[in-house]
Amino acid sequence: MTHLKPINRRTFLGTTAAAFGATAFGGVAQPAMAAGDLTVGFIYVGPKDDFGYNQSHAEGAAAVKAMAGVTVLEEENVPESQDVQNTMESMINFDGATLLFPTSFGYFNPHILELAPKHEGVRFEHCGGLWSEGNPGNAGSYFGYIGMGQYLNGVAAGHATKSKKIGFVAAKPIPQVLNNINSFLLGARSVDPTITCQVIFTGEWSLAVKEAEATNALADQGCDVITCHVDGPKVVCETAVARGAYVCGYHADQSPLAGDMYLTGAEWNWASVYTDMVTKTMAGTPINNFVRGGLADGFIKMSPLGPAVSDAARAQFEATRADIVAGNFAAIKGPLKDNKGNVIAAEGEAFVETDVALESMDYLVEGVLGSTS
Amino acid sequence: MEPVEIGLWGVPLAILGGAIRVSTPFIFVSLGECLTERSGRINLGLEGTLVFGAMSGYAIAFETGNPFAGVLAAALAGACFGVLHGWICKFKGVNDIAVGIAMMLLGMGLAFFFGKPYIQPQAPDLPAIALGWWSDIPQVRAALQVNVLFIAGGLLAVAMAWMFRTTRIGLIVRVVGDSTDAARAMGLNPDLVRLLATAAGGALAGVGGAYLSLYYPGSWTEGISSGQGLMAIALVIFARWNPINCFWAALLFGGAGALGPALQSVGISQGYYLFFAAPYVLTLGLLILTSSPDRAMQGAPLELSLTK
Repeated sequence: MTHLKPINRRTFLGTTAAAFGATAFGGVAQPAMAAGDLTVGFIYVGPKDDFGYNQSHAEGAAAVKAMAGVTVLEEENVPESQDVQNTMESMINFDGATLLFPTSFGYFNPHILELAPKHEGVRFEHCGGLWSEGNPGNAGSYFGYIGMGQYLNGVAAGHATKSKKIGFVAAKPIPQVLNNINSFLLGARSVDPTITCQVIFTGEWSLAVKEAEATNALADQGCDVITCHVDGPKVVCETAVARGAYVCGYHADQSPLAGDMYLTGAEWNWASVYTDMVTKTMAGTPINNFVRGGLADGFIKMSPLGPAVSDAARAQFEATRADIVAGNFAAIKGPLKDNKGNVIAAEGEAFVETDVALESMDYLVEGVLGSTS
Repeated sequence: MEPVEIGLWGVPLAILGGAIRVSTPFIFVSLGECLTERSGRINLGLEGTLVFGAMSGYAIAFETGNPFAGVLAAALAGACFGVLHGWICKFKGVNDIAVGIAMMLLGMGLAFFFGKPYIQPQAPDLPAIALGWWSDIPQVRAALQVNVLFIAGGLLAVAMAWMFRTTRIGLIVRVVGDSTDAARAMGLNPDLVRLLATAAGGALAGVGGAYLSLYYPGSWTEGISSGQGLMAIALVIFARWNPINCFWAALLFGGAGALGPALQSVGISQGYYLFFAAPYVLTLGLLILTSSPDRAMQGAPLELSLTK
């Protein structure tokens, strides 16, 4: 459907307003601002109230909006194509934005990399990309170690599952998704090493019917705890609950959707990250080009544990959380093989959560049923 | 009830369940388009009508607490879109395909605009009938949860086929679709017949949309349709403008769409992008198999701008 989406609310409103000769109200021209004020642009790939990825960023944007001296621009449903370059150009040239948060994975390469050298005075902060030496200096990437959240989800799931099969509805086999799948299983295996995790890839970030079909297929195979990594987990949550499976959330708090079947969830906490970056920009303090953080840094948080979580599960969950917050926690540690039998980590070898090598992950660990292609 | 180990049986079961769950929007949109095209017009705007129907159905169901009120609202909204399309197309020199594309974009834009406040709330779902009561296997029971709209769609296909074959209304629609001149000679008003056929087709497409948001997958998001409205239009051609065939084609499409996730769930996971293309490959294959070099577009209404 993405190819059918040249219309979104902003362009729709813009063109309709223009058609009625009311360009003055079209929201194109902003009044002149006092010196020192900052205009910040947020760009989302989907609707900003999707109970998921975009909502988590929009909650961060709302925290920025509450700061004094800051004007916030937002645009939703921007495809990962030339469209995002047009959106960024318009935010920079028409609205005077000097700090941009294009939040979707596919915005970075090539779109931000192409645009950043043309606008030296603008800061491009991208979520999820891997900024490396040689990339433009006015671009940066930030992300959180949400895999640790999925590890904790796995601990709760490992205690809750009766069939010893847990399920994962995934969008695309990119490193962050694979890391989440592996972490979810390894968390569950820290409870019971016989647990397996069935993964189904839908191939797109947002495909409601296919996500529902994938969830049904997991339930048919006996998976009784289901989590996901798609942009809007609403459909997966509701379908899983309808099939009597427990749900671990992702991106944002889905407990209103899943009720008592909600165990816990790995949530983003962008409010703390964004307000910090905006404060630094206004004070003229440089932001690192490569920013990462986890549970301890307030980049991610866990949903409150649901009523179905047992006391034993609660105890192990809290102990594991304390280990992660203490630092140097490794979910991927030897001896560990991938699900094709290749050695990932030898005895005594460990990849701690901050290891950059994890950000180019291309395998599913032993115990995950599925394949990356 | 504890889940039972069903292994590879999951695949045929998923195809059956998928055919029942996924096909309903295809059934309604393709029956609506079938009616419109038999009257000699093509309405490509049904994708927009479907999305607007999904939004309005969800919104009204949420506001009133009654999912059937939502279905009714979606049908009314769809009929309005159909009337607009039919009215614009009666003017001389207007191309129905171009108008349809404009209507598709209008419908989606309006649905996104008015649908903003309804992404978060949860509306009541349409009820389903448990036809799997005879089985002890929970997976079979889940697959045989049949929604009332699916049954309505099947009955509608039979009723429409009967209407075309034996009733006066069916005859009028067919005459208008096959020859404007003959219809005029009979004292019929082709524009009015086409307007009504397009309105009825739009109403059906709206109901198809309401199924998406009110039953499966059962929530309103801007990505709710993955092009079902457009594919259903292709299904009409594939089904040779026969309502009964539309029903079977929709089932086939729904079942084939379930193949990708089901195969992954039983461990056949290499090349899942190819399995996801199964419905389209199937359509292409069947079109090639059923095509003939001698007789072009059998069953096509003669006044259709496709065949002219």
